[in-house]
Formats: sequence, C-alpha cells, structure tokens
Amino acid sequence: MDAEYFLNTGILFFLFGAVGSLIIPGKAKEYLFVLPAIGALNLIISGLYLSSGMEMRIVSVPISSALEFVFRGDPLSGFFVTVISILVLPVSIYSIGYIKTIGNKGSMGFLYNLFILSMYSVILSGNIITFLISWETMSVVSYFLVTFDRDEKSTRAGLQYAVMTHIGTAFIIALFLILYKNTGQMDFSSIKTLATKLSVDIKSIVFIFSVIGFGMKAGIIPLHTWLPKAHPSAPSNISALMSGVMIKTGIYGFVRVSMDVMGQGPDWWGITIIIIGAVSSILGVLYALMEHDMKRLLAYHSVENIGIILLGIGASMMFRSNGLYSLASIALIAGLYHVLNHAVFKGLLFLGAGSVMHAAHTKNMEDMGGLIKTMPFTAITFLIGSVSICAFPPFNGFISEWLTYQSLILGFKSSSMTSKIISPMGGAALALTGALAAACFVKAFGIAFLGMPRSRHAGNAKESPLSMIIGMIMLAVLCLVFGIFPNATITMISSSAVQLTGSQGIVTGNWFLYINDTLANLSPVSILITVLVMFAASVLFVLGVGGKRKTIYGASWDCGIPSLTPRMQYTATAFTKPIRLIFKRIYLPRRELRISYHVKPFFVKAIKYTGEITPFFEKYIYEPVTISIFKVARKVRLLQSGSLHLYLLYILVTLILLLMFGH
Amino acid sequence: MEYLQFIIIILFSPLIQGFIRKLKANMQGRVGPGVFQPYYDLVRLLHKDMVVSGITSWIFKATPYIVFASTAAAAIIVPVITTSYRFGMMGDVIALIYLFGLGRFFMALSGLDAGTAFGGEGSSREMTVTILVEPMMMLSIFTAAISAGSTNMARIAETQSIAYSPSHILALSAFMVAIIAETGRIPVDNPDTHLELTMIHEGMVLEYSGRYLALMEWSHYMKQMLLFTIVTDIFFPLGISTTLGISSLGISAALYFIKMFCISVFMALVESTRSKMRFFQLPSLLGGAFVLAVLSLLTYIMMGK
Repeated sequence: MDAEYFLNTGILFFLFGAVGSLIIPGKAKEYLFVLPAIGALNLIISGLYLSSGMEMRIVSVPISSALEFVFRGDPLSGFFVTVISILVLPVSIYSIGYIKTIGNKGSMGFLYNLFILSMYSVILSGNIITFLISWETMSVVSYFLVTFDRDEKSTRAGLQYAVMTHIGTAFIIALFLILYKNTGQMDFSSIKTLATKLSVDIKSIVFIFSVIGFGMKAGIIPLHTWLPKAHPSAPSNISALMSGVMIKTGIYGFVRVSMDVMGQGPDWWGITIIIIGAVSSILGVLYALMEHDMKRLLAYHSVENIGIILLGIGASMMFRSNGLYSLASIALIAGLYHVLNHAVFKGLLFLGAGSVMHAAHTKNMEDMGGLIKTMPFTAITFLIGSVSICAFPPFNGFISEWLTYQSLILGFKSSSMTSKIISPMGGAALALTGALAAACFVKAFGIAFLGMPRSRHAGNAKESPLSMIIGMIMLAVLCLVFGIFPNATITMISSSAVQLTGSQGIVTGNWFLYINDTLANLSPVSILITVLVMFAASVLFVLGVGGKRKTIYGASWDCGIPSLTPRMQYTATAFTKPIRLIFKRIYLPRRELRISYHVKPFFVKAIKYTGEITPFFEKYIYEPVTISIFKVARKVRLLQSGSLHLYLLYILVTLILLLMFGH
Repeated sequence: MEYLQFIIIILFSPLIQGFIRKLKANMQGRVGPGVFQPYYDLVRLLHKDMVVSGITSWIFKATPYIVFASTAAAAIIVPVITTSYRFGMMGDVIALIYLFGLGRFFMALSGLDAGTAFGGEGSSREMTVTILVEPMMMLSIFTAAISAGSTNMARIAETQSIAYSPSHILALSAFMVAIIAETGRIPVDNPDTHLELTMIHEGMVLEYSGRYLALMEWSHYMKQMLLFTIVTDIFFPLGISTTLGISSLGISAALYFIKMFCISVFMALVESTRSKMRFFQLPSLLGGAFVLAVLSLLTYIMMGK
C-alpha cells in the first residue's frame, strides 16, 4: 500500500470509466461518473504520499531505443496530482446529475476520463517525450470538449484554442530541443544535473520560451485571448476542470522547467514574472468586471488568479536569485497554495454557474435575479465561492493572498534596488486586484441571485438535482477547510518548497502561522471563532436591549411610484459604469445611441442603446497579425497557379539549384 | 484585562461620532445635538419594530450581524492602549483590512438585495471608491510595515514612536485621505445627506430600519474609530503602553483619548471647510493620494527613512 498502489488503482478506475462510457448503454452512463470519483479518491491518497516526500518507483516503458515513456513522482508532482484529484472528485459527483442534460453521454464520459488521465500524465512525466505526448493529448482532448456543443460559437472558440495552444506547444518543443541539444539528455533529472553547466544566455532563452509556451496554456496576458472564449464554450463540469486545473498544468510546466530543471537563474527572471503576474491579475479582473456572461466572467477571473499565482512564484524566483532561500520558500508556498485554492473555489463557481444555467437557461446575468429564493443551495455555495475568491477571511483565498502579501513585502530584503521597488508594487497591484474582484463578485452574486427575477426563466428556476448540490457543497466545505486549517496544507506544500528552494520559511504552530522574517502571524481559526462569537454576542445584545420586535414586510422604497418592476433594478451594466468610466483608458468604451422619432425632436418612437468595450488585445495585436498572415498567404498563393507547366519548371529549377549547391 | 481593550472601541465609537457632529455644528454656527446623541439614536432604533422589503432574502437580515461581527473582530486585533496582549496572534494589519472588506462585501450585497436602484447605486459607488482607496491604503501600510520590519500591529506600534521621517509623512497623508474615503466623509461622501443622487453609504443602508439599522450605524462608528486607532498605532504610537502596569496603562489611555480628540478635530475641520466632490472627480483626489503612497515607499527604499 503505497503511492504507486493507489496511483495504479486510481488510473484503472479512470480507464474503466472511459471504456465503460463507450460500452454501457443508456441511463447507466450517468452513474459511471462514480468511477472517476473513486479514482480521484485514490489519487488524492497517492498525491499526498508523493507530496510528503515518499519515493515512487520510476515507471519506464521503453518502446524503442530512442523512445521511452518515463513516469516519475516527486513532491512537486505529488502536490499537483493532489490538486487535480481534489477537484475531480466533486466535479465527477456533480457530473452525475449534470450529464442528464447532455446529448452525447457516451463520448462525454469517454473524453472526460481521458482528459483527466492526460492531465495526470503531464504532471507525472519524467522525460521530454512523455511530457510532450501527454501535453498534446491533453490539448487535443480538451479541444474536443470545448467544441462539444458543436454550435458555431464553440467551434470558433475551439479553433482559436487549438491554434493558440499549438503555438504554445511549438515554443515548448523548441525549449526542450534547446535543452536536449545542450545536454544530450531526454530525462528531466539528467538534464537537471547537467543544466548547471549551461550558460546563462541559453538558460534565459529557455526561460523566455517557457514563459510563452506554458504561459499560453496558463492564460497570462497578453496570451489569454483563447481562454475567455474556450472555457465558457465547454460544458460546465469541463469548464470547472479547465479553469480549475488544466491551466495549472501550465504553471506546473513553468515551475518544473524554470525552477526545477534549470535551477537558479538571474534576478530579472523573477522580476519579469512578478510584472507579468501583476499585469495579468489587474487586467484579468478589469475585463471580468465588464462581462455579463457568467462563465466568461469566471474565465477572466482565471486569468486574474493565474496572475496572483505568478506574483508568488515570481517573488520566489527573485528571492532565490538573491540567495534568500527561506523567503523564496515562503513565496513559493504562497503561489502553490493559491494554485490549490483557485482550483477549489473556481471549480465551485463554475459548477454554480452550470447549475444556474441548468435552471435559468441563460448565461446572461442581466436575465437572472432572485435565484437565492428558488435555488438556495446553489446560492449559498456560490456565495462561499465568491467570498473565497475575493480573499476574505476565514475562507481559503485569504490565506494564500496573505502569504503573497507577506512575500511581496519581504521583497525589501533583497539586494537589488529593482526588486526592492517592484515587489511592494506587486503588493499594491494585489490590493487593487482584490478590491476589483470584490466589486466583480458583488455584481455577479448580487445581480444573479438577489433582487427580483429579471426574466420568466429566472422566475421559474428550480434547484438542481441532489448530486450536483453535493458536488458544490463538497467544494464549499473545502473552501472553509483550507481557509481555517492552513497548517496541514502548508505542511503538504512545504516539501515541494524544500525541493525547489532547499529551505523552509513558514513556521506552523498548532493553530497559527508564523513568519519569522516579518514577525507576522495569522490564526484563521481564531478569526473564525471571534467572528462567530461576535455574531452571537450581537444577536443576544440586540435581543437583550430591544426585546422581541415585530418585522413588518412591505415594499422597497420606490419614491412613490405605483410599484417597482424588475426592469427598474440596478443592472450589471449600471453597476460597473463608474469603473468603466474611471478606467476608460483601458476599456476604450464605445457607445452608440440610435433614436427614432415620430416628430423630431419631441416625440420619440424608440431609443436603442448599445455600449461595448474594445477588446484591446484582439483588436490591436491579434487582428493585425492575423490579417498580415492572410496577406502573406494570398501572396504565396501565386506560386500555386494550378498550371502543370509551372510546377515542372519549379522542379527543374530546384534540381538545378541542388546540383549547383547540393554537394 | 488587556484582552478587553477592544471594548473601548465598541463603547466609545458612538461618542467619537457625536463629538465630530457637535464640532461640525459649532464650526457651522449651529448648537447641534449633544455628544451623546448617537447613543440615544442607537437605543431608540433598538427598541423599534422593523420594516423590511418583501423582496429581500436572508442576506439582508444576516448582513447587519456579519458587518458588526467582522468589525468587532477587527477591533480585537488592534492594540488600543497596550501592545502587550495575545490577541495580536490572530492576525496582522492585512487581516484587518480584509476583515473590513468582508463587512463591506456583505453591505454591498444587501444594497442589491431589495431590488431598488438606490441600493444598487450605493453598492456600485462604494465598491468603486474601495477600488481607488485599497491600493493606496495598502501601500502606505507597506511603508510603515517595511520600516518597522513587521506587519504585526503591536510590533509596528512598538518600533516607532512618532512619524517624522519624510516617508512616514507622505504615507500618513495618503492614509488620511484613505480614512476620509473609508468613513464616508466629505469630500468623498456626505454622511448627512439623504439626497438620492449623491449618497453612497446611506444608499446601501436605505432599506434598513430598527435594530438592523442600529447595528449598521454602530458598525460604521466602530470602523471609524478603528481607522483612527490604526493611524495612531502606525504613525503616532507615542506613549502606547508596552506593559500592563496600571500607571503606564493610565498614561496610555489618556494619550489615546487626546489623540482621538485631535483626529476628530481634524476630520471635523476637513468636513466643514471642504465641499463634496463630484463622484467622477474622486479619481483625481484618490489617485493623487496613491501617488503620495508610492512616493512614500520610494522615499523609504531610496533614502532608508
């Protein structure tokens, strides 16, 4: 009974799940999602074993002398296996109920299991070939899942995803080729031992390629444009996995290559990552605020959270270059803790969005409203997810953001002036991000769940089936557990941190965290207890002083008009208007007002108002690039005239050229 | 005993509010209500029945208690008259800011719960102001934390006696602007108005009545006094007791109330001499304060003081 046993058992369950969904007919397919849930349970245990530093036998499958599949587990991969499995378990249970609405259950079950297996395979790969094949499998399978609905929108999103993810893969292949060329090794651990001899220039090229290649998958700005299109197109259980864990494989790959395999780099690496993190987090959440499609909003928040993760990881790299290993360890723990937290709360929020869409038949928040009364469980779990993502104590997001703040403040201890200035600025960026995220989730929860229903469908919404609720409640409980018991979680992460930084930065007491370098402490349990005690005390005090008082129900204040209608409520667009105006340099908002008159200018027939923001990156970066590629392609088409004579001429010219220069 | 210092905040916060109101009234040539008026208001509200909109959900009813509880929990973290207490283990100044955030989040939700435009307007504006305030507040705290080498409130209070270095003065100026915005005072928000088009905080709590309103108002007073206390802890901790001796606690308490008095006078002066800014002029005020906070950090890093 060790890591390997549970790993193998778990993987068997996923394989059974995949094959079973193709074979077993009809309704039973829904219940087949129990198999990946059990598989995930096994892999949680296996991942915990690995992350605690337990050795796993290296599994090697030689195909030929040049081609060999190698799987290996160490604390870092163990941690990511645990993160994936922790999300897969509730999502699989949720899928039992969710899958009822999906047409092609068989292929969904097959792709679902294969998708999860490919992610595990990426994490556990031990050499270049295995990694690349797993990576490609993951991309292809997720492409099929993005285009699962087969409507025009998801096909387009899928195409963009496929193109961009393959550009990323090209960079990843290139960086591995550079590593292979310079070390002559395929195996990660052999490359690692030889990488210390590589020159800084080569290492820096590999670093830049890994930022682009893995950043494409993680969705850093400006490589994010596929993400808000592809994630919402997939069915919600898949969106949860894609946003929750698939983009984390990008983080994993980056950490594996840039921190583990290549070892220590110059100080500008970390600073670059901090800047990328700050930009991604602020712009991600700013774009999220302008979205009224619930799933696109959540997808943009994934960009934001990847930014927050990179703030921690960047700080860690920066400290490592400065030789401050215990600080590097704190910052890495902050980043990895956020990887876990984001998986949990973003998974929860996507499941909640799926549940709402299931009931209200719309993704548009402006058509929702009042759902807290008809869908109480979805509402409270979504609320917990919102509070967690906004990083309020005592929920999980707070712990990782607190650690990130601590590590960014500690930036003043590093020796170079740039790092000293950049890292507290990263902290300010995090504060701005936090405030924007809070505004965004007041909007998301307030407009969708509170007030009066804004459409007929929203008014008739019904709570989702039990299995979906169980899945969401599990994740909501995890949000609280990871928020109030950070010590156990940090112990789990710290062996990865020790693996990469060689030091242990955070002291964990019984009920509190203590950071030696800032003399800062945090005890989430006592914060929770204090808030609860104060809550109870205020209830008792109010009753004690005021006694029992009546509550009279009336109408909301309507300024004396006959009655309020749902259309008079504050809308999501109105809610974010001040932010749209304040940040207009970023949003470049456009508005168009069309008024038609009976008699100009007094009797208005109709007013049509459209407002939108300019998608900056699409319009000013991607569009020109695409257009110029097409232009070049049209020019090149002249070569392909279709005339046989011309082709024969090409052959002749080539032959002559080869004869002249070829030997 | 030292564990009960947060009671000072809970008990005296309405007094500070009453005092500022009285000062404002006098500066404007009015007699104004007595300094104990907020207490009478709270007691009166607690004895009233509640009128609640039928559209609201449980969020509306839970919010006053959540806001009160999170503010009171924040009060426990802050050293008021002594730094020698163990509740500082609970969290640091970042935890404090995020506890405020928790209360604000629910308050903004409650504004949307009744389905009226005023509530939504209040929530929207409150969150917008927060977006502008939060980064500069954090940065000015960072300056203090870096110079003290800790984010723990008690440690910060112990290491510096009074703010006199250039970086601290810059940080203090930014922080005062942040407090004006956070407490909903002129020129950011007008606490005395119920004019629909200008209210921020009042817009969010418009639907509340009876004991709910009492709790919301009281939390607001507590938050105000807490922010004042944070200023004294970070920038003028001079005289704060580091032990539990009766005499040093007495001196510390006396000094504390003198400091509260000074800040209240300052707030009343600002409110009486400024006029409320248009909402969309706020970014220039708060952005300016942000620049001050950035400068304070740069000054500290470059000059080392």
